[in-house]
Formats: sequence, C-alpha cells, structure tokens
Amino acid sequence: MDELRDLYQATIMDHNRSPRNFGQPDSSNHRADGHNPVCGDKITVYLDVRDGRIEDIGFEGAGCAISTASASLMTEFVKGMEVARVGDSFECFHELVTGSELEVPEIPELGKLVVFAGVRAYPVRVKCATLAWHTLRSALAEDGAVAKTE
Amino acid sequence: MSTAERALVAPLDVEKVRADFPILSRSVHGKPLVFLDSAASSQKPQVVIDAMSEFYSSGYANIHRGLYELSAEATRRYEAVREITRNFIGAGDAREIVFVRNATEAINLVAHSWGRSHVSEGDEVLISAMEHHANIVPWQMLCEEKGAVLRVVPINDRGEIELEALEQHISSRTRMISVCHVSNALGTINPVDEIVSMAHARGIPILLDGAQAVPHMKVNVEEIGCDFYVFSGHKLFGPSGAGVLYGRLELLDAMPPFLGGGDMIESVSFEKTTYAEVPQRFEAGTPDIAGVIGLGAAIEYLESVGWDAIEAWEVELMDYAVDRLAAIPEVRVIGTARRKVPVLSFDLEGVHPHDVAMVLDQEGVAVRAGHHCAQPVMERFEVPATTRATLAFYNTRSDVDALVRGLEKVLELFD
Repeated sequence: MDELRDLYQATIMDHNRSPRNFGQPDSSNHRADGHNPVCGDKITVYLDVRDGRIEDIGFEGAGCAISTASASLMTEFVKGMEVARVGDSFECFHELVTGSELEVPEIPELGKLVVFAGVRAYPVRVKCATLAWHTLRSALAEDGAVAKTE
Repeated sequence: MSTAERALVAPLDVEKVRADFPILSRSVHGKPLVFLDSAASSQKPQVVIDAMSEFYSSGYANIHRGLYELSAEATRRYEAVREITRNFIGAGDAREIVFVRNATEAINLVAHSWGRSHVSEGDEVLISAMEHHANIVPWQMLCEEKGAVLRVVPINDRGEIELEALEQHISSRTRMISVCHVSNALGTINPVDEIVSMAHARGIPILLDGAQAVPHMKVNVEEIGCDFYVFSGHKLFGPSGAGVLYGRLELLDAMPPFLGGGDMIESVSFEKTTYAEVPQRFEAGTPDIAGVIGLGAAIEYLESVGWDAIEAWEVELMDYAVDRLAAIPEVRVIGTARRKVPVLSFDLEGVHPHDVAMVLDQEGVAVRAGHHCAQPVMERFEVPATTRATLAFYNTRSDVDALVRGLEKVLELFD
C-alpha cells in the first residue's frame, strides 16, 4: 500500500476527484483531441492563445487518476505561460516521469508537478501521465491530428 | 447441466489441477499470483510445455515434404492433432480442420476467401454489437472493398442478443452472419442453436467465433450446425501461434486460397498454379508445427480432466464470485446474461479500471482493464473501459477472495 501511496500522492488524488479547469473555457481558439488506444483514455484540450501566451485553458475527457490529475495540474501549470516555453516544460516533465534512476533529480521549475515522480517506477503509466501534454502540443501545433501516446 | 446432474459428476480436484500449471505457484510483487486474465490468454499445463519441448529436442523436422524418417514422423504427429481437433469439436471429417495462427486469422481467412467470392455490392454481412474487434474489422474491410453493408444486431441491457432483433436485421441481401459463441467482454453465451436455425432457414451461412467458448465448454460443431467455427489455441491452455478454422467441407472445397506459397499447391509453373486440396490449400508455408503439437497436448489434457467436472466447477466458482461482488455496493457488473461463462466485467464506482488493475497487481491479482478489443460494447454500456476478471477451471474460491480483498484496498485508497 505504501508503494502505491508514492504513486497516488494526495495532490494527485485531489486533482483526480476535483479536476481544475475542467470544461471548455468561455473563449478558445485552439483545440486538440488526444487518445490512448491502450486503455481508451480520451481527452480534449482547449486553449485561448493571445500574443504568444496561453491566456486560458480547459480540458474534457475521461481517464484514470494519473491521466486526469496530470491534465488538471498541467492546465494550472501552463495557464499564463508563453507558448515558446511549453516545449521545455514538457521535456522536463517527460524526464521526471521516465527517468530510470530511482533517485528523482530536482527539477525546481516543475513546481507542484513533481508529485508525478512516482510514475517512473511504473513504466506502463507513463502514457497516462503524458497524454494531456501530447494533446496540448497538438493543440498548439493545430495540425488537426489526434494526439496519440502510441 | 441441471443441479441434480451436476451432483452426479465427480468434482474437480482443483488443487491437483493447479499443480499441473507450474506458473500458478509463482509470486508477483511478493504475493502469490492470482491469475484472473485467462480470457486474454490462458496459462499452460506442464504437459503442453513438455510436448513442445520434447518435439523440439527429439522429433523436429519440417512436415509434408521430407522423404526422411524424421519428417515423416513430424508429419504424422502434426496430422494426428488434426484428428484430435476434429474429435474435440465434433467435426465429421479431419479435412474440415485448418490450422491457422489464431481466431483472428481464421476470420480473416473466411472474410477474404469466402467473402470475396460471395459478397457483392449492396449485399449485407450481419454481426452483433458484442463482437470482438477480430469479428468486426475483417468484415468491415470486406464490405468497404465490395461496397457491401455491415449490419449490427443490437444487444439488450443484460448483454444478450434477442432473436427477434436478429430476425429483423436479416434481409434478402444478408450473405453471412458472423457472431461470437461467447462474448469476451460480457461472458454471454449466445443461443447459437437458434441463431444457426434462423440463418439456415433463410439459406445464409454462419460463422461462430468460439475463442471464448472452447475454454469453458464442450462444443460440437455438427450439433450446432454452423458453417464455420474458429478459435485460438492460446486461450485453450495451448501455446500462442496455433489456432483453428473449422469449415464445412463443401464450403472449404469451393473456396480459393487465402495466402499463396509453398505447401498449398499441387503444381506451379510461371503460367499457372493448381492449388492443393483442403485443408493444405489454406496452410501456405511452414506452419507453427510445435504450436500445433502443443495444441494437441492441451486438448488431450482437457479431456483427461473432463468437461463435466470443468463446467460444474466453473458454475460453482462463478456463483460464488457473483455473490461476493454483489456484496460490494460500488461494483456494477456489466454483462448479466442469463447464460454466461465466468467472465466478470465490472465498473467500480469512482475509480478508473486502469487504477483498479494497478492496485490489484500490487496484490498479485492479474486482471484486464480496458475496452477488451470490444469498443462498441463499452459504448453500449456507456463506460470508457471496464475491469475484467475471468475465472478458469484452475481458479479457486480463494482467488475470488483475493480479488475482493484487492477491491476493498482500491476503495480504501480512493476513498
């Protein structure tokens, strides 16, 4: 049970139970759908981008606790962020959840997102944690493609 | 089987059965393995592992071509499994047994070979809303190519096909009905005798996907009267890589080959090739010889355990599991057909199946979480996914208890 509490941290459980920025924002000019074909998780990310900055963001969808909490925390994290910085943040986050060492490196710029460090012990859950981020990237690219974790 | 009849069957000695499956004594995450995912692929008894290993160690050669003793011997053993399989499913003639990789390949073979020569523009292929993707996509591909229509019989809230609904979906353009004998996502046992009668009364051939039926019950294709019956060896406690297509001889005989190559020809020149007789016509290239040998060992093993004992034990186990799950208010079982095998798909209120399976895994309990390759079934019951626990004859009441304890832990964690 203790190992599981490392994965399912209180913050993750809280965001799973009451996801923030859930639903379509009042105004949005970018959107993308994401799909994890392995478990059937689906997500839609909506963005309101103005002057190179994410002014507003929302998401909808159904997924496991890790994917829902990741989407919720991601929306909080990138709201107000310059679009140019999103790529670096995703890279940091990806490193956090996929690193092979048990010792988690300090990545201060990730702030609250460090609660996902426990995912690195469960490689099958990496796709759950990154689905929202893949979808955010598609929404910014606006190429109409459905973001996939495969 | 009635309760009275069941009482007459010598009960299954489940501990003895478990000792036949070496993997069942291992641990996972420091806990004894509780394997509840046999519907995805089942575990193998030692006799199957030994048969394959012995074949590779002392009997292996290619079949149907060598003039030397070893090849002749391998051919005899391979062909002996055709006879074992014929007897196992009650087919009339061993030539009606075609070895393929799995049920998926068997359905593709029929859709490609039979389908392309019998389905034309505007025709219809009828399936049900509870099919595995393997019994949807091959027909969809055929219909797309031919400009035909794929029609789908809906299922009721219990997860059953209603015969009246089936009748309404048959038309003068229906060329093939292809449904599962048992649903992989719901456990429903379909009324195949009635479905076959309905199809044949209108002159329509019928394929039954038996992948989830043969591991749970004695099947007799001649009594059922179907035209095609398919299953995978790996769900039948045999190795992965060997599966079976049964086809009525008359139909198989008139069908063009599926794959071209060696072993399926009578003579080849650059101008013209004459195809071999059935079943060789459909077994192009070197097959999974050891896999077929292993399948034969699995069937012989099951017959030695006895179908009556297996079925009686599974009914007992399912009743126990259904009662224990019913005592957890957060559990909603999806698929409550009046006749079903112990495939228990369920939704645990407030917790995604992926999380359920993860917590159960930490307790050593292996279940499947997801759409079970049956996305239309998930849509029908308005869930993104389910958790599925399957019971096989090697499972016990204490396996069910471990599942229930695991679910209590999930609820505690997600409280």
